Amino acid sequence: MLRQVEGSRAVAEGVALCRPEVICAYPISPQTHIVENLSQLVKSGELAPCEFVNVESEFAAMSVAIGASATGARAYTATASQGLLYMVEALYNASGLGLPIVMTVANRAIGAPINIWNDHSDSMSQRDSGWIQLYAETNQEALDLHIQAFRLAEELSTPVMVCMDGFILTHAVERVDIPDQEQVDAFLPPFQPRQVLDPDEPVSIGAMVGPEAFMEVKYLAHAKQMQALELIPRIAADFERAFGRDSGGLIRSYRAEDAETIVVALGSVLGTIEDTVDELREQGVKIGVVGISSFRPFPLGEVRAALGRAKRVLVLEKALAVGIGGIVSANVRMALAGIDLHGYTVIAGLGGRPITKASLLGLFADAVADRLEALTFLDMDWDVVNRELERIGASRASGPHAENILRDVGPVAAGPVLG
Amino acid sequence: MFQVRIHGRGGQGVVTAAEMLSLAAFNEGRYAQAFPSFGSERTGAPVVAFCRIDDHEIRVREPVMEPDALIIQDATLLHQVDVFGGLEPEGFILINTAKSFDDLGLGEFVKDFHHERLLTVPAADLARRHTGRPVANAALLGGFAALTGLISIEAVAGAIRERFAGAVGEGNVAAAMAAYAWVEDERRELTGAATG
Repeated sequence: MLRQVEGSRAVAEGVALCRPEVICAYPISPQTHIVENLSQLVKSGELAPCEFVNVESEFAAMSVAIGASATGARAYTATASQGLLYMVEALYNASGLGLPIVMTVANRAIGAPINIWNDHSDSMSQRDSGWIQLYAETNQEALDLHIQAFRLAEELSTPVMVCMDGFILTHAVERVDIPDQEQVDAFLPPFQPRQVLDPDEPVSIGAMVGPEAFMEVKYLAHAKQMQALELIPRIAADFERAFGRDSGGLIRSYRAEDAETIVVALGSVLGTIEDTVDELREQGVKIGVVGISSFRPFPLGEVRAALGRAKRVLVLEKALAVGIGGIVSANVRMALAGIDLHGYTVIAGLGGRPITKASLLGLFADAVADRLEALTFLDMDWDVVNRELERIGASRASGPHAENILRDVGPVAAGPVLG
Repeated sequence: MFQVRIHGRGGQGVVTAAEMLSLAAFNEGRYAQAFPSFGSERTGAPVVAFCRIDDHEIRVREPVMEPDALIIQDATLLHQVDVFGGLEPEGFILINTAKSFDDLGLGEFVKDFHHERLLTVPAADLARRHTGRPVANAALLGGFAALTGLISIEAVAGAIRERFAGAVGEGNVAAAMAAYAWVEDERRELTGAATG
């Protein structure tokens, strides 16, 4: 049914339609509305049977999810930012044990400096944790990806993270088609665990493995992600047949077939990029977009096929790998090994800085003219940066960066351009 | 695409106003996107919310920087925050106040604007009369429907009832209807004065 609804509510209803049996979560902005809505659905009895466990931390949230999943329950949790970091040790255990937990990450920056706004630093930091990572462009896709995620996780017995931009999607009220219970039941069969802790048939899960077998066990997580490269498009095709919508998959191209310049990105910024590309296309610029829906596993072959004929590729990413630059772009370049083209890494939108069409128009014009630095920071205020660098150079006791820079920038009231 | 920016303070229902406006547009079969300026919400702090309305899917996710219409829920923001940023002289402005634009010291600023697109409405007073509380968000949407003609007052009433059940919803619908009538009268006077 078509509804005008907040993204968090849509995702909560989508998760509920998947009939999770255990939900364990600790609230953190911008994930809070998702788990609040789910706790209400459990309390009201609309989502039953399901146990909602209020845990004392994210470490406990993932630990409860692991325990629940190991006993054969369909388990779900959600987090963001520092919360994701706090559960990291358990995150690796979930994937190493091959437990098909589904988790929403409402993408948010990582401190310090503390910041509650959106970027991809949190989920990108866990790209090698063994979890599958899917990124949503819209709230419709966020809902759809959760339904696909449970099926993907359970078919492979491996955990899946659905990443949606915090605030930009979680707090946006827009049109979402929320499926019926019958539709979801037909698409997502009941959870049949590959391994289960059962007092009647005692087994252990989580044996210590020495050098004689560690690599082999570890490799299986990789093998499953390679299988996911086949399975993700199949599930997306099944989903389209069942629900009539094209959602998910490995990558999605927009006006890229004959493009000389292709912009690569993940998540909700793709919409703004597509609008910008339409404007440039009207001016005759041969530019297109490739959105990466599945970042883990990374679809090397599909990315190579989609980008390989372009003259230049601009990867716009919402995370910074300090000390080298791009994360997504490093993966994209691996896909393009041996192909000679201009490659640009653009770091944008860190800590919630809006990525505007005006800035993108300028950026893409510079890219098309090959005027960009290999590593570019969109809308960076270099005066502010340089002033602090001078302070560092001038005095050993230059003080804390954030406080110094905030003094330079001055008070910013809530206005049209977000402070 | 029609873009609306709503300015107010934490606790005044600014985000809910944007949400209800999007709901009204959705109920008329249109695409709409409502979202807040994402801050650490505190009662009394300046808050901004946005709503885009279109006949096609809305893909853009940037904040509304060039609004077609402004709704200002709290006139004390006028000289504190750059509420008018990006507004062109073709734009609409609706302010929650019993004062006029001249009384607010805005006469000079708006002299190039279309005067029938600039209106004030004592929405907080109307809300107090109909709901017992001076929360002006729903009333302002009634005024907005009259000012812009973008959405019908029936769609606004429907959105308010979907968001607030029972007496609270009905009180806010009555406030919205009253603000609609107030703005309609004002507009008739202004357009009548222009032609007469």
